Amino acid sequence: MKEGFRQSMAWLHTWVGLLVGWVLFFVFVTGTMGYVNAEITRWMQPELPLPKKVVEVPSAQVLKLGLDRLEQVAPDARMWSITLPHRGLAERTDREAGIAWEDMPRPGLERGRRGNENFDPVTGVPDQPVEGRETGGGWELYEMHYALHYIDYDVAFRIVGVCTMFMLLAIVSGVITHKKIFKDFFTFRPGKGQRSWLDAHNLVSVMALPFFLMITYSGLVFFAFQYMPTVKDTLYGSSEKQLRQLYDELFKRDPVDKVFEPVRRPAASVEDMIATAQAAWGKVPVATVMLRHPVAEGPYVEIIGDYSTTLNRGFPPKLRFDAVTGEPVEFDNETNASMLTRNVMLALHEGHFAGWWLRWLYFLSGVLGCAMIGTGLVLWTVKRRNNYLGKHGGTPGFGHRLVEVLNVGTIVGLPVAVAAYFWANRLLPIEMADRGEWEMHCLFAAWGWMFIYAGLRPLKRSWLESLYIAVAVFGLIPVLNFLTTDKHLGVTLPHGDWVLAGFDLTMLAFAAAFAYIAHKLKKRWLKQEGKA
Amino acid sequence: MSETARYRLAVASRIVAAVVAGYALASAVSILFALLLPVSKAEAVLASTMLSFAVYAGIVIWVFHARSATRAWIGLLVPLAVISLACWLLMPGGAA
Repeated sequence: MKEGFRQSMAWLHTWVGLLVGWVLFFVFVTGTMGYVNAEITRWMQPELPLPKKVVEVPSAQVLKLGLDRLEQVAPDARMWSITLPHRGLAERTDREAGIAWEDMPRPGLERGRRGNENFDPVTGVPDQPVEGRETGGGWELYEMHYALHYIDYDVAFRIVGVCTMFMLLAIVSGVITHKKIFKDFFTFRPGKGQRSWLDAHNLVSVMALPFFLMITYSGLVFFAFQYMPTVKDTLYGSSEKQLRQLYDELFKRDPVDKVFEPVRRPAASVEDMIATAQAAWGKVPVATVMLRHPVAEGPYVEIIGDYSTTLNRGFPPKLRFDAVTGEPVEFDNETNASMLTRNVMLALHEGHFAGWWLRWLYFLSGVLGCAMIGTGLVLWTVKRRNNYLGKHGGTPGFGHRLVEVLNVGTIVGLPVAVAAYFWANRLLPIEMADRGEWEMHCLFAAWGWMFIYAGLRPLKRSWLESLYIAVAVFGLIPVLNFLTTDKHLGVTLPHGDWVLAGFDLTMLAFAAAFAYIAHKLKKRWLKQEGKA
Repeated sequence: MSETARYRLAVASRIVAAVVAGYALASAVSILFALLLPVSKAEAVLASTMLSFAVYAGIVIWVFHARSATRAWIGLLVPLAVISLACWLLMPGGAA
């Protein structure tokens, strides 16, 4: 604009941030849940037994049981795979013994029917899937951070994409706006109204800045070809057939016209192959054995290593052997630089490799992201309110009021809505049809109500009262859990079941955090009124 | 036209420039980059597609910093024309 670079960037930062702040807050809240989605799902299915400890048994036995079972359930398959029970290198990635298969595709179809089951590695008896209550679980929460809800998927991820691009702009322009980013980081002037909000916004933003940049950019990379289709469309063409060529090359997929024969029990010793792989990989456990039989190359066995700690997402260590002779088979398993860059970015985004310490750090960074967006949104209103009251002495107009209501309804209302989702999980009738979807309806109904509530009350009252509601709904979750299940803190803590206990304790921590914020706001506003 | 109206029009003009022309320029730069990268076609397409978001962000920042909306438009459309021409010349089956 007319002014200097810094001023124009401050303008851009303000408006870009405001326009998409609420959507981004939603994305950060639900996305942060993704780092613990498996744990949330477990809490939401309290009737499931504790997860089985992985029993390490000789692989020969598992292989035999697996092959016997595969011959029974999938005699005419294009692919067989057997997962050996093993402890993944990363925490929470232990795997039980299991098989998976893909039947020969029926004429005209590209893929065959797929199936999988786990079995007991000692007896070979297939596990009966235990029916937990129907729930959306942590997965549905997490999925909303890119697919939203009630909206067509193709539209939803594009909306999120546009908002993510805005986020990238907000980060870059935000950094430029700061001439003293380092000094500002150590500046906090509490109890000074607008300046305190600014300092708080700077503090949380700079604290996890690398995380924000990483998460934003890698979020764009997830849908790179959809968000920026022009490069591939120009160089390859936009038809499905032309693009297949691109994807086949990047993801090393078999061409669509490759002919396969049904898989048979290998003649060579798979045991020896596993031993070879184990010797080559050292600490990395062998995870899966996969069999295929392309007509041109002959049948082969692929030994696949545990990839829970690798950053090359989707490309585990692999060795291939001839199924008849047992000789190693050369094949293209190199990841080129572009793909490696992409895979590492996606791995960093998802954090599957993270153990518990790093996982908590991811979770906290996500919460800081919510705080960054929340303080930014509040700052917008505080700044303008001061201007209005200072210059015109009048009341702010409709637009300003709208932003304030949306702020309360989102910053406090959305967490309350997520808590309502957990409440619904415990309170809806177990046998209810579409129960999982109704949990989600409860989330959005609660959220809608929080918006209406914020609109009906005077601003300061609505902040405080919404915060009190948040304290109550989060603080009472462990109580509700105690009343409705046998997996409450009184049981989970003595058993050292940190996943279930951790969930309840985290809810209490959230309640405490909301109570602290409410207390702070109230004290400050009382002081202000005393002065006036 | 009042001062406020003129200001709003200029902002609207910049927004259109950033969103539409900026996206076009980011696309053109990325296509050119993909054509110039000395690696396999698939690899080049992926690399420059991933980079395009940084390019786009840079362009938008520049549009909002340019001294006037008119300058921003010129600054977008001239390179867009030049780079598009370069891409067309470099494309297999193009003019070159």
